[in-house]
Amino acid sequence: MENIKRSNKQDNFQAPDFYQLDDLFSDEHKLIRDSIRQWVKQEVSPIIEDCCQQNYFPQHIVKSMGEVGLFGPQLPAEYGCGGLDYIAYGLMMQELERGDSGMRSTASVQGSLVMYPIYKFGSEEQKHKYLPKLAKGEMLGCFGLTEPDHGSDPSSMVTNFKDDGDHVILNGAKMWISNSPFADIAVVWAKNEQGIIQGIIVERGMEGFSTPETHGKWSLRASATGELVFDNVRVPKANIFPGVTGLKGPLTCLNSARYGISWGAIGAAMDCFDSAKRYSMERQQFGRPIGGFQLQQKKLAEMLTEITKAQLVCWRLGHLMNEGKATPAQISLAKRNNVDMALHIAREARQIHGGMGITGEYPIMRHMMNLESVITYEGTHDIHLLILGMEITGENAFV
Amino acid sequence: MKILVCISNVPDTTTKVTFTEGNTRFNNAGVQYIINPYDELSLTRALELTEAQGGTVTVINVGLVDTEANIRKALAIGAHEAIRINAKPVDAYYVAEQIAEVAINGGYDIVMTGRESIDYNSGQVCGLLAEMLGWPGINVITKIDIDGGKAICERDIDGGKEKVSCSLPCVISAQKELTEPRIPNMRGIMAARTKPLQVLEPTSNQAHTKVSVYELPPAKSSCKMIDPANAGQLIDLLHNESKVI
Ligand SMILES: Cc1cc2nc3c(=O)[nH]c(=O)nc-3n(C[C@H](O)[C@H](O)[C@H](O)COP(=O)(O)OP(=O)(O)OC[C@H]3O[C@@H](n4cnc5c(N)ncnc54)[C@H](O)[C@@H]3O)c2cc1C
Repeated sequence: MENIKRSNKQDNFQAPDFYQLDDLFSDEHKLIRDSIRQWVKQEVSPIIEDCCQQNYFPQHIVKSMGEVGLFGPQLPAEYGCGGLDYIAYGLMMQELERGDSGMRSTASVQGSLVMYPIYKFGSEEQKHKYLPKLAKGEMLGCFGLTEPDHGSDPSSMVTNFKDDGDHVILNGAKMWISNSPFADIAVVWAKNEQGIIQGIIVERGMEGFSTPETHGKWSLRASATGELVFDNVRVPKANIFPGVTGLKGPLTCLNSARYGISWGAIGAAMDCFDSAKRYSMERQQFGRPIGGFQLQQKKLAEMLTEITKAQLVCWRLGHLMNEGKATPAQISLAKRNNVDMALHIAREARQIHGGMGITGEYPIMRHMMNLESVITYEGTHDIHLLILGMEITGENAFV
Repeated sequence: MKILVCISNVPDTTTKVTFTEGNTRFNNAGVQYIINPYDELSLTRALELTEAQGGTVTVINVGLVDTEANIRKALAIGAHEAIRINAKPVDAYYVAEQIAEVAINGGYDIVMTGRESIDYNSGQVCGLLAEMLGWPGINVITKIDIDGGKAICERDIDGGKEKVSCSLPCVISAQKELTEPRIPNMRGIMAARTKPLQVLEPTSNQAHTKVSVYELPPAKSSCKMIDPANAGQLIDLLHNESKVI
């Protein structure tokens, strides 16, 4: 952290709310959103640019995220979590990703992919052992599903474990795992001797378990990504989730995370829009602000239109989540639409900033590069289309 | 130790100010309200003092029901309980009268306010309260510690600092440097749901002052450019048009 420069540039972000969505949120939702916005301005904005430039994961922020309540806000308070609803969770992810998609990834993985499965499928001992520490940010977790040769098709994974009395012996490797180089625990999905997928908690320090970092990323540079390598790791059977078998386990977690990403993408889009709007009014060419030219106005008008649509999609989806009625296909629609929308806005906003848009003076290029991961992980853009296609036609076009 | 923190509800600092009712009322249509920033500092310092020495922090606001969102925020930041006096805060004297009533009956050791509210900026409530209560009052403080039943405060004065102490109970008002504000965390927001918020009716409904009219500062007029060769024209304009020389 000593080498990270704090920027003294003021973060003047103002969120667009063209359809007065604020009227649809409770006072508490607005307080939650504004608190996270303030936290991001204080903790993330001053360091994020340099962290990304230097490809540095600001590990100290994990504790601070825990303190403000960014980990597992949607899980019950009895395990030290937030006890809030899905609208609150969504708004928090929006604000966090407004700061940076990498920071949001850290929180998504911890809250939706590590804490959520422990809560949903774990034993009472597992819940009490891990959830309070994960919620406070005293422990960092990661989620291992993807393998080097099995990405979009996780059911053909090869990572597996064999029975060994009150332990199992785990072998295999996971790739592209967010948080892995710093994680204290990993929720790993692997096949048992019958070839059925099960979830198992692997702790750092177990013999044969290593987490090499993936270098050279141009995206999510402030989030650490790595591998999980299991070389005959002896894991107690008590670490296996008793509550789920099959692909349903990881897919349930992904639903929760993808929902958060749908909101997060709006945050990134809002930041690009806000910056582009401001810049277009300050930057003069041909004797007037560039925002006065029709071509720039078209870009801004379309950005605001898309953000407004995405906000409404998320608001409705949040209520469906609260009522337990949201379907995976509905979540796919939101994740697919909103991330694509944000990426498109980032590209347009980059052009409005002209040459300045490629520098770290403005957040645009960082958001754009980040969003290239966001559109790939948690189900690629294509895969979500196939999910929707299957929903519409009943025909499986995956294989 | 029991501390009463006065919080007022003020327009967000980015608000564009306009007036209605023949320029005698602030137009609050579409305005976002926040806790007066100086009051938030008082609240935070009050929490620090009670966390270190034990005690409770009560926040009080004179306002109608629409101020409750910010009262809940104060509870989320950490205040233990809240009181709302159900009345429009018509002027500083009126507000101080309402708060004094609560302060006397509640057995508080310290009443804290901000140095001024950032909307009307009259900065009177601290002084009025001290007078009404007959307690010592220290205005615009940058530091407060409690030691042996005394408040020890610091204030910035021209070219230096002043250290002042007084016995408890007392009234103080916060200046910017008092402490750093806290961001509410999710646990605090959850806890705020069930913390007591008592609504009391006002003791009177009498304003002591009346606003005749508000005026906005004159709009910036456009800039006249004068050729450096015509210095005479500049002097002429300054003398005859803007009448400054
Ligand atoms: C920064 C980052 C962080 C990540 N974090 C995690 C993590 O924490 N945990 C985790 O488990 N994984 C993580 N991932 C992995 C991520 O989920 C996968 O990259 C993703 O599922 C895609 O898998 P793949 O990269 O193997 O691509 P592939 O599956 O090989 O896909 C390549 C291309 O083929 C297309 N494609 C694949 N199948 C079909 C089909 N049937 N029809 C049409 N097109 C198809 C895809 O849409 C894509 O365009 C992360 C990835 C990145 C980049």
